[in-house]
Amino acid sequence: MADAGMLRFHVPEPEVRPGGTPDFSNVTIAAAGSVPRPEIDVDPRIIRDMAFSIIRVLNRAGEAVGPWAGLLSDEELLEGLRHMMTLRTFDARMQMAQRQGKTSFYMQHLGEEAVSCAFRKALAPGDMNFPTYRQAGLLIADGYPMVTMMNQIYSNEADPLKGRQLPIMYSSKEHGFFSISGNLATQYIQAVGWAMASAISNDSRIAAAWIGDGSTAESDFHSALVFASTYKAPVVLNVVNNQWAISTFQGIARGGAGTFAARGLGFGIPALRVDGNDYLAVHAVAKWAAERARSNLGPTLVEYVTYRAGAHSSSDDPSAYRPKTESDAWPLGDPVVRLKNHLIRLGVWSEERHKQAEAEILDTVIAAQKEAESHGTLHAGGKPSTRDMFEGLYAEMPPHLRRQRQQAGV
Amino acid sequence: MPRRTMIEAIRDAMDVSMERDEKVVVFGEDVGFFGGVFRCTQGLQAKYGKSRCFDAPINESGIVGSAIGMAAYGLKPCVEIQFADYMYPAYDQLTQEAARLRYRSNGDFTCPIVVRMPTGGGIFGGQTHSQSPEALFTHVSGLKTVVPSNPHDAKGLLIAAIEDPDPVIFLEPKRLYNGPFDGHHDRPVTPWSKHELGEVADGHYIVPLGKAAIRRAGSAVTVLAYGTMVYVAQAAAEETGIDAEIVDLRTLLPLDLDTIVASVKKTGRCVVVHEATLTSGFGAELVALVQENCFYHLEGPVARVAGWDTPYPHAQEWDYFPGPARVGRALTETLEA
Repeated sequence: MADAGMLRFHVPEPEVRPGGTPDFSNVTIAAAGSVPRPEIDVDPRIIRDMAFSIIRVLNRAGEAVGPWAGLLSDEELLEGLRHMMTLRTFDARMQMAQRQGKTSFYMQHLGEEAVSCAFRKALAPGDMNFPTYRQAGLLIADGYPMVTMMNQIYSNEADPLKGRQLPIMYSSKEHGFFSISGNLATQYIQAVGWAMASAISNDSRIAAAWIGDGSTAESDFHSALVFASTYKAPVVLNVVNNQWAISTFQGIARGGAGTFAARGLGFGIPALRVDGNDYLAVHAVAKWAAERARSNLGPTLVEYVTYRAGAHSSSDDPSAYRPKTESDAWPLGDPVVRLKNHLIRLGVWSEERHKQAEAEILDTVIAAQKEAESHGTLHAGGKPSTRDMFEGLYAEMPPHLRRQRQQAGV
Repeated sequence: MPRRTMIEAIRDAMDVSMERDEKVVVFGEDVGFFGGVFRCTQGLQAKYGKSRCFDAPINESGIVGSAIGMAAYGLKPCVEIQFADYMYPAYDQLTQEAARLRYRSNGDFTCPIVVRMPTGGGIFGGQTHSQSPEALFTHVSGLKTVVPSNPHDAKGLLIAAIEDPDPVIFLEPKRLYNGPFDGHHDRPVTPWSKHELGEVADGHYIVPLGKAAIRRAGSAVTVLAYGTMVYVAQAAAEETGIDAEIVDLRTLLPLDLDTIVASVKKTGRCVVVHEATLTSGFGAELVALVQENCFYHLEGPVARVAGWDTPYPHAQEWDYFPGPARVGRALTETLEA
């Protein structure tokens, strides 16, 4: 036993730090089309390998290949491209608005657009997402008005949440988007509870839980998996592995072993791993998992392998902890470019039309922004009333709050 | 009128609520088939089926977190944490999620849940079967906190809590489950069948949240108490011969300030009693409110009798538990002040 004797403490480190050359040689990536597509009622024990592979549809040449291809029409793919481009443009404008002091805070989705945009199209009306702060694509792809999102970001007089919430913590029951909380992972078990309630009520609706790689370390991730497994809850358990939790690389949450998908296996939950930058693959896998849930076959855990190309938030500078060019080296590329190339290859899109679409989308986002700003921004123009601060905590305002509202002079 | 123990009254409240509203579901550790370690849910699974009353994994955050999701869906979960001492893993879900869901979503989502938890000491429960964590809930905006002291109130308050559109923490003093307890541990316990507040009507009734009850009218001093301490205070008044007015708060938040203020303005003196540790306990809030609202009527300082600022011990149970002797001393000293 060579190691007997003094113990040594192990702290995982990413392969490369600022100044180094990005290296993803350790990331094993299955070829597009190489992972089979089992029936939804497959015995989970048979597909354990899928938790360690990566389901991919789009190959390097931009072709859709393999058993997970062919689910979406050209029109649906063009719509998907538009959603991702809209989210990216929205992000860029709001990031800029934050820099201009129009709001206090923003978080971008750069590089992760396919995950939430494609997932939304796999759900049915009435299904409920329990998102984190990085799934606004669920709203964009469901037609939620951008102006309303911006009103929330600006905390202005038209903010549907009355200025009570930090920017981007949206809520829309109507659009199947559960109220976002700042506390990580709490929504994961809540999603399972929502799904349990749907089953208790003999409903046909399902829930989708969302979490990032870092937050899988929170205890509510474990709670959710236990409950989902025990009660066979109709829920899709999504893990968005973008490699980074603020400054900590995913190895800090993962301990350098297994995959996030593999966490499901110990609970008897079938687990799939998917190329998160492949719109077609995300949609196909989401649809498979949603069908399983809807068919009373229980939960599925899905790990989306992607890369957080932007800063963690408007308060973060990634160059302090990772190489600046790391996102360019990411082997799964850019979801927008990959879908664009696929559509060009299909002959239904072109570079010219793409440029034109970019300009149109920018115009639409700017128009929405102007409209939102007419209702005020964080420090200028209309804002929610001080009275709104006291309202809505309880269904009926208790006496002590009425007294405090009076003291505040409102 | 039938007499019931507090356990039976609590079970009856859930039975009545489940019968009336199919959205009411009951779950927690050992709550289903077995009927709960305190028998509070006995028979409910057999009567309403496993979809309405079921066992949960040993995971408090999971129990409360899943209940929040169910409430967001439209059900009305009434869940159990086996002991209040074990609510801490669920504290994140209770304080950051349940309490704030309505507020942060501007009513888009709401959280009509009840979280039942047996609380309090006096049973040789030691450090993790005796705690009184109510101050950790009353400090949280968005929660309501209830502590019944008898079977009649327990049923009416629990039904009111289940019907309430907001999250309610329902603390059940387990020392009172089978009979009232005045702190005289050396005497045999009287069962609820021999107590008038053991009379529990069949069917549906509520005791409104936010309303205190005067258990003993008096003129010399006001005692603010809840849970087991109501009976301790009654014993202390009898044994000292002091004409104390004993207010059973029943709901700590929202608090019935009007009843408190009217009583203290009448008596001019006030003693606050609770089992929980003293420093930053709920008593501090009560003392502050009495001082703010009754200052010119007070004839002496407001006293507090509480658990010592230590973890709840085992062997020293009766040195820790604020019994009638300690409360009686406080009453006497307050009158002499």
